[in-house]
Amino acid sequence: MSDTKHLEDLVIQVRRDILRMVHKVNSGHPGGSLGCTEFFVALYNKIMDRKDSFEMDGIGEDIFFLSNGHISPVFYSVLARAGYFPVEELSTFRLIDSRLQGHPTTHEGLPGVRVASGSLGQGMSVALGAALAKKLNNDNHLVYSLHGDGELQEGQNWEAIMYAAGNNVDNIIATIDLNGQQIDGPTDVVLPMGNLKEKFEAFGWDVVEINQGNNLEEIIKGMAVAKNKTGKGKPVCVMLKTVMGNGVDFMMHTHAWHGKAPNDEQLEKGLAQNAETLGDY
Amino acid sequence: MKTYTNTGNKDTRSGFGAGLTELGKTNENVVALCADLIGSLKMDDFKKNHPERFFQVGIAEANMIGLAAGLTIGGKIPFTGTFANFSTGRVYDQIRQSVAYSDKNVKICASHAGLTLGEDGATHQILEDIGLMKMLPGMTVINPCDYNQTKAATIAIADHHGPVYLRFGRPSVPNFTPENQTFEIGKAIHLTEGTDVSIVATGHLVWEALEASKKLNEEGISAEVINIHTIKPLDDKAILESVKKTKCIVTAEEHNFLGGLGESISRALSQHNPTPQEFVATNDTFGESGTPAQLMNKYGLNSDAIIKAVKKVMTRK
Repeated sequence: MSDTKHLEDLVIQVRRDILRMVHKVNSGHPGGSLGCTEFFVALYNKIMDRKDSFEMDGIGEDIFFLSNGHISPVFYSVLARAGYFPVEELSTFRLIDSRLQGHPTTHEGLPGVRVASGSLGQGMSVALGAALAKKLNNDNHLVYSLHGDGELQEGQNWEAIMYAAGNNVDNIIATIDLNGQQIDGPTDVVLPMGNLKEKFEAFGWDVVEINQGNNLEEIIKGMAVAKNKTGKGKPVCVMLKTVMGNGVDFMMHTHAWHGKAPNDEQLEKGLAQNAETLGDY
Repeated sequence: MKTYTNTGNKDTRSGFGAGLTELGKTNENVVALCADLIGSLKMDDFKKNHPERFFQVGIAEANMIGLAAGLTIGGKIPFTGTFANFSTGRVYDQIRQSVAYSDKNVKICASHAGLTLGEDGATHQILEDIGLMKMLPGMTVINPCDYNQTKAATIAIADHHGPVYLRFGRPSVPNFTPENQTFEIGKAIHLTEGTDVSIVATGHLVWEALEASKKLNEEGISAEVINIHTIKPLDDKAILESVKKTKCIVTAEEHNFLGGLGESISRALSQHNPTPQEFVATNDTFGESGTPAQLMNKYGLNSDAIIKAVKKVMTRK
């Protein structure tokens, strides 16, 4: 099987996981999860130089922080399918006594998670701290992070964005999921943020745009460009343009599926559009 | 009755600074972050000696807490420094999610706690921070009483894995505990033995409790003074043993009576041995501008207030 084919199969399988996880407990966040599926699959299987086993300190490997923790379904599915914990455990998502909490946490000791997230706007600072620790440890690996675009309305991000540029934290690649949607509607309606690329540049970051953020090849190419920009004195930001709900036609291009699970019929429809590839959990 | 000598007034924040300087030499994993208050927090020496391990974050406390949480991933032991108000209330959710819930080994070091910050007034005089921090699962809360003890506590918390809130203050106060003492987290210190009343104090109020016990002794009242430097985990056993003997208790702290040390002790007593208790604490109020001494007098946080509370609680036995 070619590398590309495997990644494509993985994308389909992760979509199925997401749909089945949120359907089972009738809660969770499928829209943003589906929008970032290709990014997560590429990140964990192609982009990051990571170890197979999990150690909290992540020394000698690239590490990742999910700041917009509500898209936990895609995070959990990709972590499990990357071998951090058994794929069967995905069936415990949001259930009592599970390590797969509604929002990711270290509290139950789930391998692959390095900080709790869910209350928005905190992940950038944590990722920067980890990047500083890498510098102190003379570890030349990178820190990756993902943030929602709506999440940038939280002020703490801008403290962190200012800090990173002011202190030349150039071993971080912070990706912004630009899907233009948030719970109450389009980001441009709820709280217009203007031109985010220009804002990051004005704050002193290098910005890479990936206009087809649901295309594996484009993601891999764009992230390689971003990686080449690290180590040059500036923090690096990737503007990843995605479609919320990607891969399930009735969930696409709307904020309606931000935090809503499909019913039985909708699940079947969604799964029919994404035929099983690597085996359901 | 055992007596204590003030070896010279010193501020507890300088004890923190001295402890941090010491840690800089002895523990290479210790890193320090400050939100534009290096001089106030006495972090100058650490910054000078270890510039690569010191992070000036600017006036951005939320980011500071997040950076600290991230620095633990890679084995660092971050000490954050700013005023108590900006160390707790301003960044509560950052501490809750990124530090406490994530079980990160961050030491939140907070100066200028309470009324004794003085003239800056209520915007800066937090009297709710102990309550905020003790409610967080897994958080250790420490409020040492003088320079020597603050220095010892600063050094000790580096060896304790887990989040810690270390609270200290601005004014120069009597320094009376032993130099180079070993600080044991969670262990109450019996300062005087007594039979009529237990006075359990924390922070700046410990010296006031000793002063009160001296005057009470002259009046024939035997007070047992206990220094509770660790509010969480609380040394229930030491308190319960003391009240078994004295049958009444006064708690004293530079904090709101809601959420403070006194309330933690009430919980322990009501569960195990209901005992009359009086609170020397602020009474659900904000502070105001004034000198530390004026404020402590106006809000009833000195030895006179403790004596009054002792006399009241003894009538309730």
